[in-house]
Amino acid sequence: MVQEIAPGIFARRGVDEDATAANDDAIANIGFVVGRDAVAVIDPGGSLQDGQRLRASILKATRAPIRYVVMTHVHPDHIFGAGAFQQDRPEFIGHQKLPQALAVRGDYYRKRLEEILGAGRAGPIVAPTRLVQAQDRLDLGGGKLLRLQAHALAHSDCDLSAFEQQTGTLFTGDLLFVQRIPSLDGSLKGWLTELNSLKSVAARRAIPGHGPVSVKWPAASLDLERYLNGLLRETRAAIKKGIDIDAAVGSVGQSERGRWSLFDAYQGHNVTQAYKELEWEH
Amino acid sequence: MGTLTNRARAHRVRALWMIAALLALLVAALPRAAGAQEESDATRVARWKALSQAIFPGRAMQDGGAVIQLDAPPRALDAALVPVTVDFLTNQPVKSVYLIIDDNPSPLAAHFTFGPKADVHSLKLRVRVDAYTNLHAVAETRDGKLYTTAKFIKASGGCSAPAGPDDAAALKDVGLMKLRLLGPFTPGKPLQAQLMIRHPNFNGMQMNQLTRLYTPARFIRTIDATYDGGNVFHLDSDISLSSDPVITFGFVPQHQGQMTVVARDSSNATFNHSFAIPGAGG
Repeated sequence: MVQEIAPGIFARRGVDEDATAANDDAIANIGFVVGRDAVAVIDPGGSLQDGQRLRASILKATRAPIRYVVMTHVHPDHIFGAGAFQQDRPEFIGHQKLPQALAVRGDYYRKRLEEILGAGRAGPIVAPTRLVQAQDRLDLGGGKLLRLQAHALAHSDCDLSAFEQQTGTLFTGDLLFVQRIPSLDGSLKGWLTELNSLKSVAARRAIPGHGPVSVKWPAASLDLERYLNGLLRETRAAIKKGIDIDAAVGSVGQSERGRWSLFDAYQGHNVTQAYKELEWEH
Repeated sequence: MGTLTNRARAHRVRALWMIAALLALLVAALPRAAGAQEESDATRVARWKALSQAIFPGRAMQDGGAVIQLDAPPRALDAALVPVTVDFLTNQPVKSVYLIIDDNPSPLAAHFTFGPKADVHSLKLRVRVDAYTNLHAVAETRDGKLYTTAKFIKASGGCSAPAGPDDAAALKDVGLMKLRLLGPFTPGKPLQAQLMIRHPNFNGMQMNQLTRLYTPARFIRTIDATYDGGNVFHLDSDISLSSDPVITFGFVPQHQGQMTVVARDSSNATFNHSFAIPGAGG
């Protein structure tokens, strides 16, 4: 269900589940910003149908044309709905590294998603038509202005965040997880650095990639920061003590159990990624 | 090592590559269920029978439950990095051990041959797993008998899943090595050591969807570890080894000395490192 969390700012909460045929991969938070002259979608959704539903919500909310589709990173739950918007001929906007990430992983993701959802239900791979090197801005009219920021290696290698100036709303993409366990696919140290710089954005509220669609900023980043710092500290300690990766996945970060949904599904994966990154440090 | 041994080894490497080629054909010919994930036990048994006959033609295979133990996570946390442990349970002199991943595109993942300086007690390595599969470890004792044990593992996409988006970055530190001792150094006492090698181990199965080109295969073919001139182990490996391979093995240092590691990859690059044992930190 799409909610208007601030004037002209709409968001749909994703379910805290993994992709299934029943949930249509509608597991990430997605939304759109309505300006006087144009609409910007910020994350088109996790599947073609998820994108089509979002598009239907936009058509109900406004008559302004959909000019921009912002893709916050390469993960399928955020961008496979892009195909639903091709008929609107918007600019598809992504991090400068998104094309390469899509080239390497897109087809693999699409196949995996079709195995779950069924043939033809994933949606096409849509390559970005406008790339963000560092910063960019989208003027939607009537004072609605989006400032886009391309991030260094963090949650993924192509994270993009968007700050809407008039309402003070920060779309974090997956640089922020709330309640649902974060998943690490870039760099643990890099994520902490980028999160730290994102905290200085003077936003009233943030829309995280996963979790409740409107949270206080930067207060809502504290749980994630604690989680990532704990993962860093405990993985380093395990490596130093000579605890091997197969034992570390069962011991690192266990105090976080119960604080996040889907903990058991992702914790071992996160420790594996962290271990791989940190074992070459010493 | 004498010339004869080297010649014998070169011959063995060639023989293994012929086996690998045969296996690839054989696996392609065997029936596979959709997605190769849900197969009947009968199909798995038939595949192993065919594989073991191809790798060990005409040789009897005994149940190895009392000789070796194989440990791997029942469900992989990261299919491109599955930690596998082989423990040797008896004092029977083990000459070599094979690790076979039945449903991988190239099933024979590793063959370790132990030298006089080895402590054949426990061995760890990390592999890629492409589909739900049995893993088999086969220990070959000095009297030429073969003992096998198996473990079923749920993983998918470890071979075709891209390791990282940037091939050039992956090759930046190629050949860098680290050796860590996992216990106190006492002359004459067995010691576990962990060898880490920076190498992307490109397996030739990762396609760039834009260019439709595969990242060319480039992977470690052999590793030789010697201590004070005596062989610890020789490894014939294959595309199933994870990127940045990590191998934990045992050896018996009679006194302070040098561990020399020579790794050769499929593009004929040779990486050579010597480590002082016990070293500054030991």
